[in-house]
Amino acid sequence: MKNFLKELVKNKTGIFSLTIILILIFLATFAPYLSPYDPFEINVDEILLSPSSKHPLGTDLLGRDVLSRMIYASRISLEVSLVAVGISLLIGTFLGSLAGYFGGIIDQIISRFIDIMLCFPTIFLILAVIAYLEPSILTIMIVIGATSWMGVARLVRAEILSLKERDFILIAKVYGAGTFRIIFKHLLPNTLPPILVSASLGLGQAILIESALSFLGIGVQPPIPSWGNILIEGKETLEVAWWLSIFPGLAILITVLAFTLLGETLQEILSPKKEK
Amino acid sequence: MIAFLIKRLLTLLLTLIGITLISFSTIHLAPGGPLSPITEFNPKITPEYREKLVKMYGLDKPFYLQYWNWLKGIVKFDFGKSFSLDQRPVWDKIKERLPVTIFINALSLILILVLSIPLGVYSAVRAGGIFDRIVTIITFIGYAMPSFWLAIILMMIFGVKLQWLPISGLHSTIGYEEMDIIQKIIDWTKHLICPIFVAVFGGIAGPLRYIRNSMYEVLKADFIIFARAKGIPEKVIIYKHALRNALLPLITILGLSLPGLIGGSVIFETIFGIPGVGQLMWQAVMARDYPVIMANLFLISFLTLLGNFLADIGYALADPRIRLEATKQ
Repeated sequence: MKNFLKELVKNKTGIFSLTIILILIFLATFAPYLSPYDPFEINVDEILLSPSSKHPLGTDLLGRDVLSRMIYASRISLEVSLVAVGISLLIGTFLGSLAGYFGGIIDQIISRFIDIMLCFPTIFLILAVIAYLEPSILTIMIVIGATSWMGVARLVRAEILSLKERDFILIAKVYGAGTFRIIFKHLLPNTLPPILVSASLGLGQAILIESALSFLGIGVQPPIPSWGNILIEGKETLEVAWWLSIFPGLAILITVLAFTLLGETLQEILSPKKEK
Repeated sequence: MIAFLIKRLLTLLLTLIGITLISFSTIHLAPGGPLSPITEFNPKITPEYREKLVKMYGLDKPFYLQYWNWLKGIVKFDFGKSFSLDQRPVWDKIKERLPVTIFINALSLILILVLSIPLGVYSAVRAGGIFDRIVTIITFIGYAMPSFWLAIILMMIFGVKLQWLPISGLHSTIGYEEMDIIQKIIDWTKHLICPIFVAVFGGIAGPLRYIRNSMYEVLKADFIIFARAKGIPEKVIIYKHALRNALLPLITILGLSLPGLIGGSVIFETIFGIPGVGQLMWQAVMARDYPVIMANLFLISFLTLLGNFLADIGYALADPRIRLEATKQ
């Protein structure tokens, strides 16, 4: 693990993406102390002010400080994506290890189910499910998690399928280890590297989906700020307030880019080819 | 090949049944039953009328019967009636919008192919060079770019600042009827440049990266070294020997990127006001028009499945190894 961190920091892309993510976590954690204004405070005298030293990223239609809203929004994005990815890892690992370990009819059923789920364009499936539920942060977390586990499941299944024939599993069986012990103690820890990679990529994707849903008006609901729902106002005020569109979008792009690059770097470092 | 086809067709059928089951099940997620959005908060709806609605949509029957009736309906393209005020048949609503969405997605797919192959090949041949690096950066930005933001930026630059392109709709509303065919084509093109750019930019990242890496690997293969040793010109090696092998699995990659591409329709159709099924889906979700949502979900995933099926067949036709392996299993 230490070696792995060392290699990550040595890698140029790795250190770059890690820095951005750490800054983001810092902003999200200390949002109340870092944001210059109250993100919910409406100020009718300061509507749609362009960026200035007083409001570095300008103000919105209700006179709220955009920088403060964006700092608070980073909280929402990180929360949503972390929980969503957690859910998708849980479902994916569970189904993937069942399919990989037991094989046969269980594998057939789970694999077919994955294929079916993959036919649904994610956004359509999420929209269809959200239509029936009250939009809330919790709903979005669950829905994103419940519709994005298929990649993880396939990965874990393939890993376990190849691992379970190896000698050390055979030895564990000979020593009388139970099924659960074999899966949790011996098989799953070995699938950790690819899971880490897909978790990092998944975090980026979850932030993209959350912001898209919020932008479409069915994600995070105002007045709670999210990068996606600040952009709704940005689109409405396209002609007059460029800052309402540019900054939140840039925040999404940079964040997703950081998680994607981190995933790529992890893959490079953790892939077995490099161990030689 | 026949055995392969039969096997694939059976899988297709099984997956299709799964898709219908999931699409249909979503309606029963609704708290307070699927009728709640049109009956709740509506003083005009008496208990008797509600009863009538329940009967009309068959909601008093057990789940499997409801599902069976819905299945019997969709074979005849009968998806029931919309919950919206016009109460039009769902299929009529979708039918008039499907061609637009298919057209835009097909065009985007073609553009993705036409652009990603030469770009991917060129950056693989000069791997590590400046061009390769730029392509890599564009690929990652394509992965991470929120498409709705890209759409807003394009509207801002080309619609508002430069006023070169219209920012909404499929064609002009004023004076469209009087245009001749060429003017109409120009009008459509102007309206479609931004939406298609958004779709292509988001969709090209996967295939482009794939072609680059696949080509890079193939160029290191023994048979390429052998071809070089024989003195075959580099151009012939790249475009005849290497490209053929590198491109084979691209068919599958394109098939896999189909759901993402079609899913993107919701976003760019909503932003650019294009009357396709993506926009319909969004409107239906906002209005909680369940019959439309169900039908849309089913049809879009069916189209995706069909696209993947065709990709599979195409791949098998192009590569005999796949045919053999699949039949052996």
